[in-house]
Amino acid sequence: MSSIKYDDYLLKDKLPLFWCGGCGNGNVLGSILRAFANLKFKRQKTVVVTGIGCWGKADDYINTNTFHGTHGRALAFATGIKLANPDLNVIALMGDGDGATIGGNHLIHAARRNVDITAVLVNNFNYGMTGGQYSGTTPEHSFTSTSRYGHIEEGFDLCKLAAAAGAPFVARGTVYGITQLDKLVEQALCKKGFSFVEVITPCPTHFGRLNGLKTASLMLNWIKENSVTKNQAEKMSDGEIRGKFVTGVFVDVDKEDYSTRYKKLQQRAAEAVEGGCDK
Amino acid sequence: MNSVTVNGLWCKKCGICVEYCPAKVFTAEKDGTPVPAYQEKCTGCGICVLRCPDFALDVGVDVDDGKR
Ligand SMILES: Cc1ncc(C[n+]2csc(CCOP(=O)(O)OP(=O)(O)O)c2C)c(N)n1
Ligand code: SF4
Ligand code: SF4
Ligand code: SF4
Repeated sequence: MSSIKYDDYLLKDKLPLFWCGGCGNGNVLGSILRAFANLKFKRQKTVVVTGIGCWGKADDYINTNTFHGTHGRALAFATGIKLANPDLNVIALMGDGDGATIGGNHLIHAARRNVDITAVLVNNFNYGMTGGQYSGTTPEHSFTSTSRYGHIEEGFDLCKLAAAAGAPFVARGTVYGITQLDKLVEQALCKKGFSFVEVITPCPTHFGRLNGLKTASLMLNWIKENSVTKNQAEKMSDGEIRGKFVTGVFVDVDKEDYSTRYKKLQQRAAEAVEGGCDK
Repeated sequence: MNSVTVNGLWCKKCGICVEYCPAKVFTAEKDGTPVPAYQEKCTGCGICVLRCPDFALDVGVDVDDGKR
Protein backbone atom coordinates (compact mmCIF):
# COMPACT_ATOMS: atom_id res chain seq x y z
CA MET A 1 0.00 0.00 0.00
CA SER A 2 1.21 3.43 -0.84
CA SER A 3 0.77 4.78 2.71
CA ILE A 4 3.32 2.31 4.09
CA LYS A 5 6.75 3.71 3.36
CA TYR A 6 9.48 1.39 4.48
CA ASP A 7 11.24 1.50 1.12
CA ASP A 8 13.87 4.02 2.09
CA TYR A 9 15.09 1.80 4.90
CA LEU A 10 14.81 -1.63 3.28
CA LEU A 11 17.75 -3.02 1.32
CA LYS A 12 15.64 -4.59 -1.39
CA ASP A 13 18.67 -5.92 -3.30
CA LYS A 14 19.24 -8.34 -0.41
CA LEU A 15 15.78 -9.93 -0.65
CA PRO A 16 14.41 -12.62 -0.46
CA LEU A 17 14.89 -12.62 3.31
CA PHE A 18 17.10 -15.33 4.75
CA TRP A 19 14.36 -16.46 7.18
CA CYS A 20 12.06 -19.49 6.83
CA GLY A 21 8.59 -19.15 5.35
CA GLY A 22 6.20 -17.89 8.03
CA CYS A 23 8.99 -16.74 10.36
CA GLY A 24 7.76 -13.65 12.20
CA ASN A 25 11.11 -11.86 11.98
CA GLY A 26 10.08 -10.19 8.71
CA ASN A 27 7.02 -8.71 10.38
CA VAL A 28 9.06 -7.26 13.25
CA LEU A 29 11.50 -5.86 10.70
CA GLY A 30 8.52 -4.27 8.92
CA SER A 31 7.34 -2.64 12.15
CA ILE A 32 10.78 -1.18 12.78
CA LEU A 33 11.13 0.16 9.24
CA ARG A 34 7.65 1.69 9.32
CA ALA A 35 8.49 3.35 12.64
CA PHE A 36 11.72 4.75 11.15
CA ALA A 37 9.71 6.12 8.23
CA ASN A 38 6.96 7.62 10.41
CA LEU A 39 9.51 9.28 12.66
CA LYS A 40 11.59 10.37 9.65
CA PHE A 41 14.75 8.96 11.18
CA LYS A 42 17.85 10.09 9.32
CA ARG A 43 19.65 7.04 7.99
CA GLN A 44 23.04 8.61 8.67
CA LYS A 45 22.15 9.29 12.29
CA THR A 46 20.74 5.84 13.02
CA VAL A 47 22.68 2.74 14.01
CA VAL A 48 21.11 -0.69 14.24
CA VAL A 49 23.17 -3.10 16.34
CA THR A 50 22.57 -6.83 16.39
CA GLY A 51 23.92 -9.93 18.04
CA ILE A 52 23.90 -13.36 16.43
CA GLY A 53 20.94 -15.55 15.56
CA CYS A 54 18.18 -15.61 12.98
CA TRP A 55 16.87 -12.26 14.22
CA GLY A 56 20.46 -11.11 14.48
CA LYS A 57 20.56 -11.09 10.68
CA ALA A 58 17.97 -8.31 10.50
CA ASP A 59 20.72 -5.73 10.02
CA ASP A 60 21.47 -7.28 6.61
CA TYR A 61 18.26 -5.69 5.31
CA ILE A 62 18.34 -2.27 6.96
CA ASN A 63 19.58 0.72 5.06
CA THR A 64 20.97 2.68 8.03
CA ASN A 65 24.34 2.33 9.72
CA THR A 66 24.50 -1.17 11.14
CA PHE A 67 26.82 -3.09 13.42
CA HIS A 68 26.72 -6.88 13.46
CA GLY A 69 28.15 -7.82 16.84
CA THR A 70 28.81 -11.06 18.64
CA HIS A 71 26.27 -13.37 20.26
CA GLY A 72 24.66 -11.81 23.33
CA ARG A 73 26.65 -8.60 23.17
CA ALA A 74 24.48 -6.27 21.09
CA LEU A 75 23.76 -4.07 24.11
CA ALA A 76 27.42 -3.83 25.07
CA PHE A 77 28.31 -2.58 21.57
CA ALA A 78 25.23 -0.36 21.47
CA THR A 79 26.21 1.20 24.82
CA GLY A 80 29.67 2.02 23.48
CA ILE A 81 28.27 3.53 20.29
CA LYS A 82 25.77 5.67 22.21
CA LEU A 83 28.38 6.93 24.68
CA ALA A 84 30.83 7.78 21.93
CA ASN A 85 28.19 9.72 19.99
CA PRO A 86 25.04 10.50 22.00
CA ASP A 87 23.42 12.20 18.98
CA LEU A 88 22.89 8.87 17.24
CA ASN A 89 19.65 6.89 17.38
CA VAL A 90 20.83 3.50 18.58
CA ILE A 91 18.64 0.44 18.23
CA ALA A 92 19.67 -3.01 19.48
CA LEU A 93 18.03 -6.10 17.99
CA MET A 94 18.29 -9.32 19.96
CA GLY A 95 16.77 -12.78 20.08
CA ASP A 96 15.70 -14.43 23.34
CA GLY A 97 18.82 -16.60 23.30
CA ASP A 98 20.94 -13.63 22.35
CA GLY A 99 19.50 -10.91 24.57
CA ALA A 100 18.02 -12.80 27.48
CA THR A 101 20.08 -15.96 27.86
CA ILE A 102 23.76 -15.56 26.93
CA GLY A 103 23.30 -11.76 27.01
CA GLY A 104 20.90 -11.49 29.96
CA ASN A 105 23.43 -9.70 32.13
CA HIS A 106 23.92 -6.95 29.54
CA LEU A 107 20.16 -6.50 29.44
CA ILE A 108 19.73 -5.84 33.14
CA HIS A 109 22.73 -3.53 33.31
CA ALA A 110 21.76 -1.51 30.23
CA ALA A 111 18.32 -1.08 31.83
CA ARG A 112 19.86 -0.14 35.19
CA ARG A 113 22.23 2.39 33.60
CA ASN A 114 19.40 3.82 31.54
CA VAL A 115 21.46 4.12 28.39
CA ASP A 116 19.34 5.78 25.68
CA ILE A 117 18.97 2.73 23.45
CA THR A 118 15.86 1.10 22.02
CA ALA A 119 16.05 -2.66 22.44
CA VAL A 120 13.73 -4.84 20.36
CA LEU A 121 13.93 -8.38 21.63
CA VAL A 122 12.30 -11.01 19.44
CA ASN A 123 11.12 -13.82 21.69
CA ASN A 124 10.45 -17.00 19.73
CA PHE A 125 11.05 -19.20 22.79
CA ASN A 126 14.07 -21.00 21.41
CA TYR A 127 17.45 -20.76 19.68
CA GLY A 128 16.17 -20.71 16.12
CA MET A 129 19.45 -20.48 14.27
CA THR A 130 21.21 -23.39 15.94
CA GLY A 131 18.36 -25.90 15.77
CA GLY A 132 15.68 -24.98 18.28
CA GLN A 133 17.36 -25.58 21.65
CA TYR A 134 15.60 -24.17 24.72
CA SER A 135 16.44 -20.67 25.89
CA GLY A 136 15.82 -18.65 29.03
CA THR A 137 12.30 -17.84 27.86
CA THR A 138 11.15 -21.31 26.79
CA PRO A 139 7.85 -21.92 28.58
CA GLU A 140 7.60 -24.75 31.11
CA HIS A 141 6.26 -28.01 29.65
CA SER A 142 6.91 -26.99 26.04
CA PHE A 143 9.02 -29.04 23.66
CA THR A 144 12.30 -28.04 22.08
CA SER A 145 15.14 -30.03 20.55
CA THR A 146 16.80 -30.12 24.00
CA SER A 147 13.61 -30.66 26.00
CA ARG A 148 12.05 -33.56 24.18
CA TYR A 149 10.03 -34.67 27.19
CA GLY A 150 8.81 -31.21 28.13
CA HIS A 151 10.78 -28.31 29.56
CA ILE A 152 11.17 -28.43 33.35
CA GLU A 153 12.23 -24.81 33.87
CA GLU A 154 10.08 -21.70 33.99
CA GLY A 155 10.79 -19.03 31.38
CA PHE A 156 11.76 -15.48 32.23
CA ASP A 157 9.14 -12.76 32.15
CA LEU A 158 11.45 -10.34 30.34
CA CYS A 159 9.25 -7.30 30.78
CA LYS A 160 9.19 -7.78 34.54
CA LEU A 161 12.96 -8.27 34.46
CA ALA A 162 13.57 -5.06 32.48
CA ALA A 163 11.15 -3.13 34.68
CA ALA A 164 12.76 -4.39 37.88
CA ALA A 165 16.18 -3.42 36.52
CA GLY A 166 14.96 0.17 36.10
CA ALA A 167 14.09 0.58 32.40
CA PRO A 168 11.90 3.68 31.96
CA PHE A 169 10.00 2.18 29.01
CA VAL A 170 8.92 -1.45 28.91
CA ALA A 171 6.37 -2.97 26.55
CA ARG A 172 5.34 -6.27 25.01
CA GLY A 173 3.72 -6.80 21.65
CA THR A 174 3.22 -9.74 19.33
CA VAL A 175 3.53 -10.42 15.64
CA TYR A 176 -0.16 -11.31 15.64
CA GLY A 177 -0.97 -7.82 16.98
CA ILE A 178 1.08 -6.13 14.28
CA THR A 179 -0.64 -2.72 14.37
CA GLN A 180 -0.15 -2.51 18.13
CA LEU A 181 3.46 -3.54 17.61
CA ASP A 182 3.98 -0.68 15.14
CA LYS A 183 2.83 1.76 17.83
CA LEU A 184 4.93 0.20 20.60
CA VAL A 185 8.09 0.33 18.51
CA GLU A 186 7.40 3.95 17.63
CA GLN A 187 6.80 4.87 21.27
CA ALA A 188 10.00 3.10 22.27
CA LEU A 189 12.02 4.91 19.62
CA CYS A 190 10.68 8.27 20.82
CA LYS A 191 11.54 7.56 24.44
CA LYS A 192 14.68 9.09 25.90
CA GLY A 193 16.37 6.39 27.97
CA PHE A 194 16.51 2.62 27.80
CA SER A 195 13.36 1.38 26.10
CA PHE A 196 12.61 -2.28 25.90
CA VAL A 197 10.10 -3.96 23.59
CA GLU A 198 9.63 -7.71 23.71
CA VAL A 199 7.94 -9.20 20.67
CA ILE A 200 6.29 -12.62 20.83
CA THR A 201 7.23 -14.06 17.44
CA PRO A 202 6.52 -17.30 15.56
CA CYS A 203 9.34 -19.72 14.78
CA PRO A 204 7.28 -22.33 12.94
CA THR A 205 10.36 -24.31 11.89
CA HIS A 206 11.54 -25.32 15.36
CA PHE A 207 9.33 -24.21 18.24
CA GLY A 208 6.18 -24.55 16.16
CA ARG A 209 7.02 -27.94 14.70
CA LEU A 210 7.74 -29.51 18.08
CA ASN A 211 4.66 -27.99 19.73
CA GLY A 212 2.00 -28.92 17.20
CA LEU A 213 2.11 -25.53 15.46
CA LYS A 214 4.11 -26.15 12.35
CA THR A 215 2.43 -23.69 10.00
CA ALA A 216 2.64 -19.92 10.19
CA SER A 217 -1.12 -19.62 10.61
CA LEU A 218 -1.22 -22.14 13.47
CA MET A 219 1.52 -20.24 15.26
CA LEU A 220 -0.16 -16.86 14.75
CA ASN A 221 -3.50 -18.22 15.97
CA TRP A 222 -1.78 -19.72 19.01
CA ILE A 223 -0.27 -16.31 19.82
CA LYS A 224 -3.66 -14.68 19.30
CA GLU A 225 -5.46 -17.14 21.57
CA ASN A 226 -2.93 -16.72 24.35
CA SER A 227 -2.58 -12.94 24.23
CA VAL A 228 -4.27 -10.76 26.82
CA THR A 229 -4.04 -7.03 27.23
CA LYS A 230 -2.53 -5.47 30.33
CA ASN A 231 -6.01 -4.33 31.42
CA GLN A 232 -7.50 -7.82 31.01
CA ALA A 233 -4.54 -9.29 32.89
CA GLU A 234 -5.14 -7.02 35.88
CA LYS A 235 -8.47 -8.75 36.45
CA MET A 236 -7.08 -12.29 36.10
CA SER A 237 -5.75 -14.59 38.82
CA ASP A 238 -2.13 -15.82 38.82
CA GLY A 239 -3.35 -19.22 37.65
CA GLU A 240 -5.33 -17.75 34.76
CA ILE A 241 -2.41 -15.63 33.63
CA ARG A 242 0.09 -18.47 33.51
CA GLY A 243 1.28 -19.12 29.97
CA LYS A 244 -0.41 -15.99 28.60
CA PHE A 245 1.29 -13.20 26.70
CA VAL A 246 0.37 -9.97 28.40
CA THR A 247 0.63 -7.10 25.92
CA GLY A 248 0.86 -3.35 26.32
CA VAL A 249 3.07 -0.72 27.93
CA PHE A 250 4.11 -1.69 31.46
CA VAL A 251 6.45 1.17 32.29
CA ASP A 252 6.62 4.67 30.83
CA VAL A 253 8.34 7.09 33.19
CA ASP A 254 10.78 9.97 32.79
CA LYS A 255 14.27 9.43 34.07
CA GLU A 256 17.54 11.15 33.26
CA ASP A 257 19.44 8.98 30.80
CA TYR A 258 23.07 7.92 31.14
CA SER A 259 24.53 10.28 28.51
CA THR A 260 22.93 13.31 30.17
CA ARG A 261 24.30 12.28 33.57
CA TYR A 262 27.69 11.63 32.03
CA LYS A 263 27.78 15.08 30.44
CA LYS A 264 26.96 16.65 33.81
CA LEU A 265 29.67 14.59 35.44
CA GLN A 266 32.19 15.83 32.86
CA GLN A 267 31.21 19.42 33.65
CA ARG A 268 31.55 18.87 37.38
CA ALA A 269 34.93 17.25 36.85
CA ALA A 270 36.12 20.11 34.60
CA GLU A 271 35.01 22.67 37.18
CA ALA A 272 36.75 20.74 39.92
CA VAL A 273 40.00 20.76 37.96
CA GLU A 274 39.74 24.50 37.26
CA GLY A 275 38.90 25.28 40.85
CA GLY A 276 41.75 23.33 42.43
CA CYS A 277 42.09 19.86 43.82
CA ASP A 278 40.28 20.37 47.13
CA LYS A 279 36.97 21.10 45.37
CA MET B 1 -10.53 -2.26 -9.26
CA ASN B 2 -7.64 -2.69 -6.84
CA SER B 3 -4.62 -4.60 -8.05
CA VAL B 4 -2.95 -7.20 -5.87
CA THR B 5 0.49 -8.45 -6.88
CA VAL B 6 2.67 -11.16 -5.38
CA ASN B 7 6.43 -10.92 -5.84
CA GLY B 8 7.16 -14.54 -6.66
CA LEU B 9 10.88 -14.13 -5.95
CA TRP B 10 10.33 -12.96 -2.38
CA CYS B 11 7.21 -14.99 -1.45
CA LYS B 12 7.86 -18.13 0.64
CA LYS B 13 4.40 -19.66 0.25
CA CYS B 14 3.66 -19.42 3.97
CA GLY B 15 -0.09 -19.09 3.43
CA ILE B 16 -0.60 -16.10 5.73
CA CYS B 17 -2.19 -13.93 3.03
CA VAL B 18 -4.50 -16.77 2.01
CA GLU B 19 -5.60 -17.28 5.62
CA TYR B 20 -5.88 -13.67 6.77
CA CYS B 21 -7.27 -11.68 3.84
CA PRO B 22 -10.74 -10.77 5.14
CA ALA B 23 -12.15 -10.63 1.60
CA LYS B 24 -10.77 -14.05 0.59
CA VAL B 25 -8.97 -12.62 -2.44
CA PHE B 26 -6.32 -15.36 -2.52
CA THR B 27 -6.40 -19.00 -3.49
CA ALA B 28 -3.41 -21.29 -3.10
CA GLU B 29 -1.84 -23.61 -5.62
CA LYS B 30 -0.93 -27.13 -4.51
CA ASP B 31 2.57 -26.06 -3.46
CA GLY B 32 1.20 -23.11 -1.47
CA THR B 33 1.85 -20.40 -4.05
CA PRO B 34 -0.72 -17.67 -3.39
CA VAL B 35 -2.80 -16.49 -6.32
CA PRO B 36 -4.82 -13.25 -6.02
CA ALA B 37 -7.65 -14.89 -7.91
CA TYR B 38 -10.49 -12.64 -6.75
CA GLN B 39 -8.96 -9.18 -6.96
CA GLU B 40 -12.38 -7.67 -7.63
CA LYS B 41 -13.22 -8.44 -3.99
CA CYS B 42 -10.19 -6.59 -2.60
CA THR B 43 -11.19 -3.73 -0.29
CA GLY B 44 -7.68 -2.29 -0.13
CA CYS B 45 -7.52 -2.82 3.63
CA GLY B 46 -3.76 -3.51 3.48
CA ILE B 47 -3.88 -6.37 5.98
CA CYS B 48 -2.06 -8.75 3.64
CA VAL B 49 0.74 -6.22 3.10
CA LEU B 50 1.13 -5.79 6.84
CA ARG B 51 0.98 -9.53 7.59
CA CYS B 52 3.22 -10.83 4.81
CA PRO B 53 6.54 -11.54 6.54
CA ASP B 54 8.46 -11.31 3.28
CA PHE B 55 7.49 -7.90 1.83
CA ALA B 56 6.14 -9.87 -1.14
CA LEU B 57 2.73 -8.22 -1.51
CA ASP B 58 1.71 -5.00 -3.12
CA VAL B 59 -1.81 -3.62 -3.24
CA GLY B 60 -2.58 -0.80 -5.61
CA VAL B 61 -5.75 0.88 -4.40
CA ASP B 62 -8.05 2.20 -7.12
CA VAL B 63 -9.48 5.35 -5.55
CA ASP B 64 -12.41 5.53 -7.96
CA ASP B 65 -13.94 2.13 -7.42
CA GLY B 66 -16.17 3.33 -4.57
CA LYS B 67 -15.01 0.64 -2.17
CA ARG B 68 -12.85 2.85 -0.10
C1 LIG C 1 29.52 -17.01 21.96
C2 LIG C 1 28.65 -17.83 21.11
N1 LIG C 1 28.01 -18.89 21.64
C3 LIG C 1 27.16 -19.63 20.87
C4 LIG C 1 26.96 -19.30 19.55
C5 LIG C 1 26.05 -20.16 18.72
N2 LIG C 1 24.78 -19.51 18.48
C6 LIG C 1 24.53 -18.82 17.35
S1 LIG C 1 22.96 -18.22 17.27
C7 LIG C 1 22.61 -18.90 18.79
C8 LIG C 1 21.25 -18.77 19.40
C9 LIG C 1 20.32 -17.87 18.70
O1 LIG C 1 19.09 -17.86 19.36
P1 LIG C 1 18.26 -16.55 19.58
O2 LIG C 1 19.09 -15.48 20.12
O3 LIG C 1 17.04 -16.89 20.36
O4 LIG C 1 17.89 -16.08 18.11
P2 LIG C 1 17.02 -16.77 16.96
O5 LIG C 1 17.97 -17.55 16.12
O6 LIG C 1 15.96 -17.62 17.61
O7 LIG C 1 16.45 -15.60 16.23
C10 LIG C 1 23.70 -19.58 19.32
C11 LIG C 1 23.67 -20.29 20.60
C12 LIG C 1 27.64 -18.19 19.04
N3 LIG C 1 27.47 -17.79 17.76
N4 LIG C 1 28.47 -17.47 19.83
S1 SF4 D 1 14.59 -21.18 12.41
FE1 SF4 D 1 12.85 -20.15 13.34
S2 SF4 D 1 13.63 -18.11 13.90
FE2 SF4 D 1 15.07 -19.01 12.43
S3 SF4 D 1 14.38 -18.24 10.42
FE3 SF4 D 1 13.43 -20.25 10.73
S4 SF4 D 1 11.44 -19.78 11.65
FE4 SF4 D 1 12.70 -17.95 11.87
S1 SF4 E 1 2.02 -13.90 3.11
FE1 SF4 E 1 3.65 -13.24 1.73
S2 SF4 E 1 5.22 -14.85 1.80
FE2 SF4 E 1 3.34 -15.69 2.71
S3 SF4 E 1 2.32 -16.70 0.99
FE3 SF4 E 1 1.46 -14.62 1.08
S4 SF4 E 1 2.77 -13.43 -0.30
FE4 SF4 E 1 3.84 -15.32 0.10
S1 SF4 F 1 -5.72 -5.42 0.75
FE1 SF4 F 1 -7.11 -6.46 2.17
S2 SF4 F 1 -8.77 -7.22 0.88
FE2 SF4 F 1 -7.10 -6.67 -0.50
S3 SF4 F 1 -5.98 -8.58 -0.80
FE3 SF4 F 1 -5.00 -7.53 0.91
S4 SF4 F 1 -5.99 -8.32 2.75
FE4 SF4 F 1 -7.29 -8.86 1.00
